[in-house]
Amino acid sequence: MLTKELTVALDAEGFMTNPNEWTPEIAEVMAAEEGIAPLNERHWQVINWVRQEAASSGEFPSLRAISKRSGVDTKELYELFPKGPARKIARCAGYPKPKGCI
Amino acid sequence: MSEERKLAIICSKGSLDMAYPGLVLANAARMMGIEADLFFTFWGMDIITKEKVDHLKVVPVGNPAMHMPQFVGGLPGMTDMATTMMKKEIEKLDMPPVREFLEMVHDAGCGVWACKMAAEMMHLKREDLVDEVDGIIGAMEFLEKAEGAQLLFI
Repeated sequence: MLTKELTVALDAEGFMTNPNEWTPEIAEVMAAEEGIAPLNERHWQVINWVRQEAASSGEFPSLRAISKRSGVDTKELYELFPKGPARKIARCAGYPKPKGCI
Repeated sequence: MSEERKLAIICSKGSLDMAYPGLVLANAARMMGIEADLFFTFWGMDIITKEKVDHLKVVPVGNPAMHMPQFVGGLPGMTDMATTMMKKEIEKLDMPPVREFLEMVHDAGCGVWACKMAAEMMHLKREDLVDEVDGIIGAMEFLEKAEGAQLLFI
């Protein structure tokens, strides 16, 4: 298997520190580390929406906002990103750990 | 996050301000992959009662954090005013109303349980409670579910 080396800055918990360094390949690597690889079309809908929203608002969206506006509801979010969707979505989307309470 | 970590929260108060802490923590736990259960008892039953859930109030009387003389808090309309103000602030924080919050934590996999004794005392049946309630259970059954959990009483 041919692998390309990816070099990005991560914090101590494995979150990217600079979302601008993100590429779709990184999402796949993060997903593999989180045990949810390969990413399907529904995962990508969440990741793409989150990146778009975070870029336009300047803030990483809450899980509630994701469930209401990304087209993927709460139940499905927990199926797609089981055992800690907040962490898994942020890592796959290349953002630091979300600080919000909701 | 540790796979075994587990949180069980007893909600015993039915005012609007006391409804949120349990819901926020249970939801945060689920977002982090921590197992969570909410157990509603006594006045907390209002939070899961269909007729009451949309009408929970913030009561200024007896609440020193309102920073007003007690008699002012007791004037007509003050409870409604405090309630309206809190609902507005909650909305600004992107927090859902209580009914929607219950649906959200339940969809997130949090258990929602009603206390059997409180239900009997208040003459509440399953159909009087919101759909998210997973069951009406006794204290012993709750303790079984809460085995190994960090327990919080609100």
